[in-house]
Amino acid sequence: MTQEATTPVITVRDLTCRFGKKTALDRISFAIQPGRVFGLVGENGAGKTTLMKHLLGSLTPQQGKVQVLGIEPTRDPAALLAKIGFLSEDRDLPRWMRVRELMRYTQAFYPDWDDPYAERMREQFRLDAKAKIRNLSRGELAKLGLLVALAHRPPVLLLDEPSSGLDAVARREILAVVVRSVAEEGRTVVFSSHLLDEVERVADDVAMIHEGKLKVLMSMDEIKATHQRRVVQFGSDISRFPDTLGVIHVEGEGREWAVVTQGDAAATRRALEAIEARIVEESVPSLDTVFVAHVSGSRRDLAVA
Amino acid sequence: MLHLSLQQGDGVPLYLQLIQQIKHLVATGRLAPDSELPPVRVLAQQLLINPNTVVRAYRELEIAGLVYKRRGEGTYVSSRGTPYTPEECRRILAQKVEALLIEGRHLGFDEEKIIDLVRECESDLQRRARANEGVTI
Repeated sequence: MTQEATTPVITVRDLTCRFGKKTALDRISFAIQPGRVFGLVGENGAGKTTLMKHLLGSLTPQQGKVQVLGIEPTRDPAALLAKIGFLSEDRDLPRWMRVRELMRYTQAFYPDWDDPYAERMREQFRLDAKAKIRNLSRGELAKLGLLVALAHRPPVLLLDEPSSGLDAVARREILAVVVRSVAEEGRTVVFSSHLLDEVERVADDVAMIHEGKLKVLMSMDEIKATHQRRVVQFGSDISRFPDTLGVIHVEGEGREWAVVTQGDAAATRRALEAIEARIVEESVPSLDTVFVAHVSGSRRDLAVA
Repeated sequence: MLHLSLQQGDGVPLYLQLIQQIKHLVATGRLAPDSELPPVRVLAQQLLINPNTVVRAYRELEIAGLVYKRRGEGTYVSSRGTPYTPEECRRILAQKVEALLIEGRHLGFDEEKIIDLVRECESDLQRRARANEGVTI
């Protein structure tokens, strides 16, 4: 499928951010089309939150450019915040307020706040209107955060590690909201997570970030079509896996090795056959396997047995 | 309600898993001809997957002739028929048979034993299809 030539909702071009000597983001570029779920994947400290803060306008690009809905976030933060919903990883909600108070308070900032919708979400999330925020569980805090992020029906939803620290039930509820957002309202969602199975479920596009660099930027379909996991056998023991076209990750020792290849399946198969590696098993790798292959960087010739 | 379950971790793209499971439900009669598949957003929310994944699975099932769309509305199970030419059908099946024969060889099943197993599986499928006759989902 070719991507339709629509105006992207979010454009990031050559974004670089340094904190002292550390390069938190290194020339990151991508564009997100309307109605897509964009999964931002990386280990803790990879740069996901820093990138999110640029999209929100709480960090100004030192180099490069960021546009969200045609707005440069730091130029017109008020205009932008009216059109996006944001759930931060640390869910910084005022702990002294009650649930209903926070809803009223937030409503004051948003002319488009949809109160019946907010109430429906509150009931669906089983949040007690009179409960003090300080007494809420982590799952309830996440749901309340999501409620106040969504009640003005923003066209763009930014979720920074929405599942972090949540149990399976709360995670499912959050995911369900993401799916409904896209299915019923055509919302564009940016979703950062280190839980690859979640991203695999809901993302259309995936960006893998590692040490501030964009390692992979592809649609989920492309990732699945261009990566293979293969177990190969050699006629005799080898101590080092030969350099081979498309092989991005190797693990093993002796005769049998597991490799992840990237590229045209037939071409990478021929390349393995050319080094006399017999393919004994072939499968589509999970997103997790693809991620590890790309970020663990070099090959693991010396994997411990 | 359509009971499907997706496996994660084995890497098979979710839309392919959906296609395989729907094909299976049709083959075993749990999905009767002309019965309606759930709307895209309903199935997406039930399975907690991206709606585009469901759209893609339905579209590929439609191209394969297993389902049809009615007035741009719902998606329904076709009664029969495939858009593939006989040679294409043969090629698709030949690949699967080859994989089966190879697997069989490793597990110590010769041609005869595999053919017996094919017959057994067929009667089992027929029995399940009969058991589901008239059952709506």
